[in-house]
Amino acid sequence: MSQTVNVKLNVNGAAAEIELEPRETLLDVVRERLGLTGAHAGCEQGSCGACTVLVDGELTRSCLIFAVQCEDKAITTIEHFGSPGALHPMMEAFRRHHGLQCGFCTPAMVLTAIAFLEESPHPTESEVRSALAGNLCRCTGYAGIVDAVLDVAGVAE
Amino acid sequence: MKPAPFDYVRCANVPEAIAALSGDEGAKVIAGGQSLVPLMAMRLARPTLLVDVNDVGLDGITVERDVIRIGACTRHRRLERDPVIARVAPLLQEAAGLIGYPAIRTRGTIGGSLVHADPVAELPTVLVAAGGFVVVRSGAGTRVIAAVDLFTGFLDTTLEHDEIVEDVLLPVAGTRHGSSFCEWSPREGDFATAGVALAIERDDDGRCVALGAAACGLASVPLDCSTLLAAVLGETSASGALLRQIARVMRADLAGDPDRADLVGLLAARAVHRAFARSDERSAAAA
Ligand SMILES: Cc1cc2nc3c(=O)[nH]c(=O)nc-3n(C[C@H](O)[C@H](O)[C@H](O)COP(=O)(O)OP(=O)(O)OC[C@H]3O[C@@H](n4cnc5c(N)ncnc54)[C@H](O)[C@@H]3O)c2cc1C
Ligand code: FES
Ligand code: FES
Repeated sequence: MSQTVNVKLNVNGAAAEIELEPRETLLDVVRERLGLTGAHAGCEQGSCGACTVLVDGELTRSCLIFAVQCEDKAITTIEHFGSPGALHPMMEAFRRHHGLQCGFCTPAMVLTAIAFLEESPHPTESEVRSALAGNLCRCTGYAGIVDAVLDVAGVAE
Repeated sequence: MKPAPFDYVRCANVPEAIAALSGDEGAKVIAGGQSLVPLMAMRLARPTLLVDVNDVGLDGITVERDVIRIGACTRHRRLERDPVIARVAPLLQEAAGLIGYPAIRTRGTIGGSLVHADPVAELPTVLVAAGGFVVVRSGAGTRVIAAVDLFTGFLDTTLEHDEIVEDVLLPVAGTRHGSSFCEWSPREGDFATAGVALAIERDDDGRCVALGAAACGLASVPLDCSTLLAAVLGETSASGALLRQIARVMRADLAGDPDRADLVGLLAARAVHRAFARSDERSAAAA
């Protein structure tokens, strides 16, 4: 085992100090140390997108960054955006358009869509598809997801 | 948690990072981590020490007369969006936007992509096509390595263990410059099966007077195709005859898988067509 280190993290606006091994990824830490299980562990090698969070406002694969690298950075996970009973409009739209089935890809899909619309408020359908190309969904066939994002953007389908 | 145990040091400057690397044979630089961390997750890489260079100040972009100097830790996302890059290195801008997905481009860096040296990666191909250089530093001082001398094989370069890439140097695009990166991949964002990077310069009469081209997906390193595309020199437009000739020459001269050679021939013809069109637009905008 390598040395452990103390790392100060800022997750969804709350400070946390955690003793951890450098090899613990940000994904490991938000899920297993902080109990924020919205970021999902799929491939853990960058391919599926299920672990996507925001680091200093930028879409980031939490499986490809170590928690020790995140000191002094603002981490935002899907839990920041809504909760049962207080859904974010994007979450509502996913529900309305059947943008999810098993839900494994959903938190990262919703978070990626929210971040995307902040940068591109009036996207075309093909821009929506590009923005979500790095998030794999094995259930929906994507049509409902794309409809949900276009709906929130106020773009006619 | 998949990687093997390691120690970690976040460095504040390049000398600190070089010292950390020199002190441990198993140490490795981490920049964006978008290639290294997957390898660590599969335990194909088992560094004993990670030397984090994200805060050493290698993220500047400066134009020095006819050369643009790009800090090694400049992220793909910035290359894609920076207006200076768009103006003086449009081939690099286009190529950066073709890398993976948005969440990969927000972290991945130009230095990391060049040192990782994936045979189908876009940025090494651009470096060869543009005839660029990397500036590397070690305890012994700095040296400048030309693109063709950097890549030696699959995920392999001529960099020494204790050397850090500081800057990437590329020629500044002229007023009648035109470029294109054409690639084919089965799904958007996936690594390309093959790709062609091309840059041309033209004189006041519209004649092509300089050309640089490279292809990825044919060998374990990007191949310099400038000589194969020599027919473009002296031409004033991308005529159908020229494009057919290029596709034919590429197909005939590229050994290996005939389907790949066909594909690269078509991509090269498309790249020539787009480079002339963009050069026309750029000339019109400058006039
Ligand atoms: C899902 C996915 C899809 C991708 N798709 C593509 C794609 O389509 N095209 C493509 O080209 N790439 C793709 N990539 C890889 C991506 O471009 C990486 O960002 C890039 O290859 C490595 O850059 P990095 O900064 O992340 O480097 P790291 O992973 O941090 O490092 C890579 C290597 O470079 C070394 N290194 C890094 N910086 C320096 C330096 N300054 N000096 C010396 N050594 C250094 C490291 O020690 C390591 O060996 C993809 C990655 C993922 C996860
Ligand atoms: S778990 Fe991070 S990309 Fe799949
Ligand atoms: S809803 Fe099942 S993977 Fe997307």
